[in-house]
Amino acid sequence: MALLDVRNLTVRFDTPDGEVQAVSDLSFTMEKGECLGIVGESGSGKSQTFMAAMGLLADNGRATGDVLFGGANLLTAGEKQLNAIRGNKAAMVFQDHMTSLTPHMKVGRQMAEVLVRHRGLSAAAARDAAIAMLKRVQIPDPERRAAMYPHELSGGLRQRVMIAMSLLCHPELLIADEPTTALDVTVQALILDLIREVKEQDRTSVILITHDLGVVAGLADRVAVMYAGRIVELGDVAQIFAAPQHPYTQGLLACTPRLDDVGKVLKTISGQPPNLQRLPPGCAFAPRCPFKIAACAERPPLRPAAGGGLKACARDDIASINRAAS
Amino acid sequence: MTAPLLQVKDLKVHFPVRTGGVVIGRYQALRAVDGVSFDLAPGETLGIVGESGCGKTTLGRAVLQLLPVTSGAVTWLGQEMTGLGAAAVKAAREHMQIVFQDPLASLDPRMTAGDIIAEPLRNYHPELSRAEVTRRVGELMEQVGLLPAMVNRYPHEFSGGQCQRIGIARAMILKPKLVICDEPVSALDVSVRAQVVNLLKDLQKTFGLAMLFISHDLAVVRHISDRVLVLYLGKAMELATRESLYQAPRHPYTRALMSAVPIPDPVKERAKPRIILAGDLPSPLDPPSGCVFRTRCPKATAVCAAKEPVRETSAHGHDVWCHHWRE
Amino acid sequence: MTDMAAPDVPPASNIGPDAIEGRSLWQDAWRRLMRNKAAVASLIILGLIAFFSVFGPYALAWTYDQIDWDHVEAVPPSLALKHYLGTDSVGRDLLARTLFGGRVSLTVGLLATSVALFIGVTVGAVSGYLGGKVDQLLMRFVDLMYSVPLTFFVIILMVLFGRNFILMFLAIGSVEWLTMARIVRGQTLTLKHREFMEAARASGGSTASILIRHVVPNVLGVVIVYVTLTIPQVILLESFLSFLGLGVQEPMTSWGVLINEGAAELEITPRTLIVPAVFMTATLFCLNFLGDGLRDALDPKDR
Repeated sequence: MALLDVRNLTVRFDTPDGEVQAVSDLSFTMEKGECLGIVGESGSGKSQTFMAAMGLLADNGRATGDVLFGGANLLTAGEKQLNAIRGNKAAMVFQDHMTSLTPHMKVGRQMAEVLVRHRGLSAAAARDAAIAMLKRVQIPDPERRAAMYPHELSGGLRQRVMIAMSLLCHPELLIADEPTTALDVTVQALILDLIREVKEQDRTSVILITHDLGVVAGLADRVAVMYAGRIVELGDVAQIFAAPQHPYTQGLLACTPRLDDVGKVLKTISGQPPNLQRLPPGCAFAPRCPFKIAACAERPPLRPAAGGGLKACARDDIASINRAAS
Repeated sequence: MTAPLLQVKDLKVHFPVRTGGVVIGRYQALRAVDGVSFDLAPGETLGIVGESGCGKTTLGRAVLQLLPVTSGAVTWLGQEMTGLGAAAVKAAREHMQIVFQDPLASLDPRMTAGDIIAEPLRNYHPELSRAEVTRRVGELMEQVGLLPAMVNRYPHEFSGGQCQRIGIARAMILKPKLVICDEPVSALDVSVRAQVVNLLKDLQKTFGLAMLFISHDLAVVRHISDRVLVLYLGKAMELATRESLYQAPRHPYTRALMSAVPIPDPVKERAKPRIILAGDLPSPLDPPSGCVFRTRCPKATAVCAAKEPVRETSAHGHDVWCHHWRE
Repeated sequence: MTDMAAPDVPPASNIGPDAIEGRSLWQDAWRRLMRNKAAVASLIILGLIAFFSVFGPYALAWTYDQIDWDHVEAVPPSLALKHYLGTDSVGRDLLARTLFGGRVSLTVGLLATSVALFIGVTVGAVSGYLGGKVDQLLMRFVDLMYSVPLTFFVIILMVLFGRNFILMFLAIGSVEWLTMARIVRGQTLTLKHREFMEAARASGGSTASILIRHVVPNVLGVVIVYVTLTIPQVILLESFLSFLGLGVQEPMTSWGVLINEGAAELEITPRTLIVPAVFMTATLFCLNFLGDGLRDALDPKDR
């Protein structure tokens, strides 16, 4: 049985300007020990998918569908059941490491509290376990850091504390939402190393949500590319990068400046990111797609593609056109 | 080589920061930029790279005299800018403009796109007729890839990429000689980033602009710059042409930085060697003695703590500030 | 984490070339305000009260200071005598007096608030934007003014300049601007560090043009909300001053004066209290609802 099974997840928000569908009819499964990269731009619904799955939607949001995790449907689970899962069997790490920690509480105590709550440890045992975990995520001088307040730590250290905190209960699933976006590259490299190590040593499943293709390339086993609230392509990391099947994935790869090649002129994806309130009736990417055909006026289903992945594109010759062009 | 457009010499920007207790506090200097020098030729792009806290943003603001300069010289077209009166600074600024990082925040939410773009023109050329201003705004909007019909729209009605185009149009309307781009694409979506980078390159060609391209993203800088300056903790580490710097980085910091940039290719990304930087960025209130990078440098020796490295120039005018760059 | 902002939906982007005219934040706010039922109802009621206060007295048979010499006593409501809500104890038409009182109260409210608005925004914006010594000086002056008791201040003004209707606007306005100045200063300080202010400086804007073009329009949202809360305060202040005999004088009247008179005759003719009180509380309620609605409309993220 899959560790996480998302079926037909749809997330809607009531906004002052009308209803917005942030995630539309999304389905995927995830196996134990796997790292799934979720790539998308703003408005792609990549974060909201997992906020919905963890029952953390804003008050004006509603989710429908099924999110099956460890035998429970998270969308219908009560607050009590969710609390027992969140931070325990499934943990989240957010981009905003400053606001995700309580500012007026020492780091060590915040961590210990998680253990007391979820594992029922004694205060002293919880403290020791917290410090051990800080050591585990390679925080130098963990005893001293545990006695510090969040604002006394640097951004990189805070993000490490966040990861340490999420690992305290040895979760089966770690959801990292843009964990390195606010960090410098040298710090980012260390955090990614840490996540990789957690994944390999503990066989923790990791969902890595990011807009950075480079981050996904180094860490993910499979990659889902999202656009306007839907998965447009899903496949093995090697296949996605070597032979992308969807024009959006191709475009993203071509327009990312790379350190390892001196491109003359960057290729671009024309147009603007999608406006969820004014999506075209057919394929959401069609207005920006260079390969648009008449069939794109109808929404393409996610279907098996060459190379073993899935894609939501009406055409089958995209990859070959792309190869011929480059 | 032609005479430089801009010369920055030993520029220092220190901010007084109150430290210590509430009653007996004292002021300490935060060394945001600490002795940076470079030249910029007309039409050239200098990339300024570094991580947060390296002083790259402060450097850009100081060149524009938007911040008080502590010491050093900023020479613009042969004229010394530091210590000039407000009127003279304003006159000089007509030819140097800035593009900001956050596209939406850098536009006044209560003004229309047209008014925002026209603002510098109204400040410097109040004699222009309304029709002339409208004509120039429309022309420029087309050049930066905006529909001139959107002139009466407000910033919140545009997407991030379009807002940045408005910001770029505002910087271009006076036909400046230098544009300082402070992380102009960092806040944009990946698919829009390339559009804006290409737009900046096109405009540079059309207008013969010089650019200071400030960014933390080494890959973008590689695409757009002729020369690159690497900063760390307010000091220059390395200054070289793009080819020289990216193909053969000499400074250990530059090497570490480059090895940390993820490559969107699973095979290369997983195989590449990595240089891990130990520890945290030291406080700019109390920088290390000697070489500021020595506390995290894998090659640091006793001499690094004792003596501050001076500029050493290797072949092809590749400048590096390191005691051990030859190793 | 439930207070996570709504999804990262890009704002109304992808504008087609068909829609050319932009919608300013003001227009957006107006649209949102029009969807707020309480605010719209308040706006209508306020409009009606203002309309009848201004034009009502002309349509009535009796004026506010005319005594019905045939009935120098409290006449109950009577259609025949054209005292639709009766008269007060000396035979003056209650409806005429209430409507006229509304004219005075609303005028005081609007004018005194305008004075406060003008001085407060100017001082606050200059103080916040320039900072440094100017800021210190202006804010210490504000602190000083705060510490002067209002009644004491008004009495001094009255003694110096005599009793005067206009003086009251000035007196109330000169007290009410203090809070306005502080609010505007605070807003300006946060605005000052926004990138678009730096952009304005970099594009060669002078201090005056930055203040007028960028600071004032951007603080106006908060200011408007505060104005709707200031008007009721001023109306109450006026009735307080009138109660002390420092405000409007007989036979002129205001809601505050009428309520004061009515309170004295509460046991004999309760309607002399109830009628002006209904008008005044309706106005105050409406202004408060409107203020709430405006706040929501101008700052949709704050809800």
